[in-house]
Amino acid sequence: MRRWLLPEAIEDVLPAEAWQVESLRRRLLDELRRHGYEYVIPPLLEYVESLLIGSGRDLDLRTFKLVDQLSGRTMGIRADIAPQVARIDAHLLNRKGVTRLCYCGSVLHTLPAGLTATRQPMQIGAELYGHAGSEADAEMLKLLALVLQISGVAATRIDIGHVGVFRVLAGHAGLDADQEQDLFGALQSKDQPSLLELVAGLAEPYRSALLLLPECYGGMEALELAATRLPSLPEITQAISELRAVAGAVKDLPVSFDLADLRGLHYHSGLVFAAYCIGHPGAIALGGRYDKVGKVFGRSRPATGFSLDLRELARLASFPQNNRAILAPRSKKGEDEVALLALIGELRAAGEIVIEELPNHDSAEWIEAGCDRYLACRNGRWEIETFKKA
Amino acid sequence: MNGITIALSKGRIFEETLPLLAAAGIVPSENPETSRKLIIATNRNEVRVVIVRASDVPTYVQYGAADLGIAGKDVLLEHGGMGLYQPLDLKIAKCRMCVAVPAGFDYAAAVRTGARLRVATKYINTAREHFATKSVHVDLIKLYGSMELAPLVGLADAIVDLVSSGSTLKANNLVAVEDIMPISSRLVVNQAALKMKREMLQPLIDAFAEATNAAGAVR
Repeated sequence: MRRWLLPEAIEDVLPAEAWQVESLRRRLLDELRRHGYEYVIPPLLEYVESLLIGSGRDLDLRTFKLVDQLSGRTMGIRADIAPQVARIDAHLLNRKGVTRLCYCGSVLHTLPAGLTATRQPMQIGAELYGHAGSEADAEMLKLLALVLQISGVAATRIDIGHVGVFRVLAGHAGLDADQEQDLFGALQSKDQPSLLELVAGLAEPYRSALLLLPECYGGMEALELAATRLPSLPEITQAISELRAVAGAVKDLPVSFDLADLRGLHYHSGLVFAAYCIGHPGAIALGGRYDKVGKVFGRSRPATGFSLDLRELARLASFPQNNRAILAPRSKKGEDEVALLALIGELRAAGEIVIEELPNHDSAEWIEAGCDRYLACRNGRWEIETFKKA
Repeated sequence: MNGITIALSKGRIFEETLPLLAAAGIVPSENPETSRKLIIATNRNEVRVVIVRASDVPTYVQYGAADLGIAGKDVLLEHGGMGLYQPLDLKIAKCRMCVAVPAGFDYAAAVRTGARLRVATKYINTAREHFATKSVHVDLIKLYGSMELAPLVGLADAIVDLVSSGSTLKANNLVAVEDIMPISSRLVVNQAALKMKREMLQPLIDAFAEATNAAGAVR
């Protein structure tokens, strides 16, 4: 009877880690608030028609589904909050100008995203609607860099791509859906041998251009390569000028380019980006433009944003956190109880954790509960003393 | 780990990788056939080699336990390749993935009638995909070795396995009736490693590519 076993890739978050996650959540939401991002709380589940519209098959497969007993319709438990936020912007807020929104909540995945990934990530993200210019993309990149910096994640790099380049090449080359999917897979894994086979029958200059995409990665030289060697279609020129504009605006950030990174091809519409850091085998944060998503909710809106898994971020984060507590005894006869209560109040106001002692538990138990100090009455005054290590 | 970790498997892949490593200026300090060490240093301080089972190479690289690895296409197809870059076909450890049956078994007729075939293989995903594409119903039997035995003792009608010279098939009175795909070894790279350690990894990848092309030109 292994009744205490949880399902695979589902876990409890235990005390130290839970506070780490929560304090990071507070810091990040506070920072987003100071940048003008309004907080929204979309529902945990909704009808699949609205939850999955405008997104790819991939998200459909990752979404848990159940039947609503009230309506008999199929509902999905969100696997991604961003489309919900797009719905809120397009349909509920209906503002003409720029809307900045942020959110944080648990999502559920039918299949874990990676080897050790949880099926219940805690997604935190920021989205900016209503501005099509590269200033909005640059704001997102800077904000992501700030989020990573606040979290104390070591040595990060942000990779920028643009799905428009592949999309226009695929369109001109006349690829059908299957071919596009295969090419997408080969480009995603930078699988040059398969790529060579897949483009074999395609017309020039699109064949050479698709083969060149995996080489367009690195610093500014990757953009130069793309500018000189890719066919000068208006969409490609536009994409490269967008990339240059953003690169110019975020000069002080550790960015590089990768035109073969097509993550979220079916969802994104322009500039996309992914953040990497030491200690994590894949991307830690993903983001980019998705201008067409709002349209399915009745209103096409320029949109860009990013999100990341707060729990994974907290695991990588390094910021000091004190979870050690002070044990406050019950005052005995002759001790100044008023002074004790005042001191407890002061310590708590200063951010200390103060635990009030309950009778008949020895100090070993309080140490186990997280206390490393205690209050003691010496010569009529309350002092903080340190527990001796056993 | 600030340097580069390369995941390799013992045997043929290791032997055929040595010239490629040499082209990149890397010489392992020990031979895994004689050494029992699982982590092998090289002549370059920042580069080390880890010796893992062939089918574990993609896992080590995906998880970032190794930055680079060399794995057969057969192994990568089973693994799925999720989260890996596969930039190079190294054209080493070449062979074919085939369907083989006992001599005298009418495979074409069995396929035509839509019979439910029993297929023994180590490559469950590859076999499932292959027969699904052909619209043939199969019962897959996962084995870990000596596939050739299965049809001989009535465990399976056919096998899906790697065929190199064909001598093992011949010795057991089996014939290859269908080529699924040519197999060779690929260079696989961890995604984050390629982004974070590009200055170190790219020269290595370029050297491998050059050595592979040079070897291809000689043949």
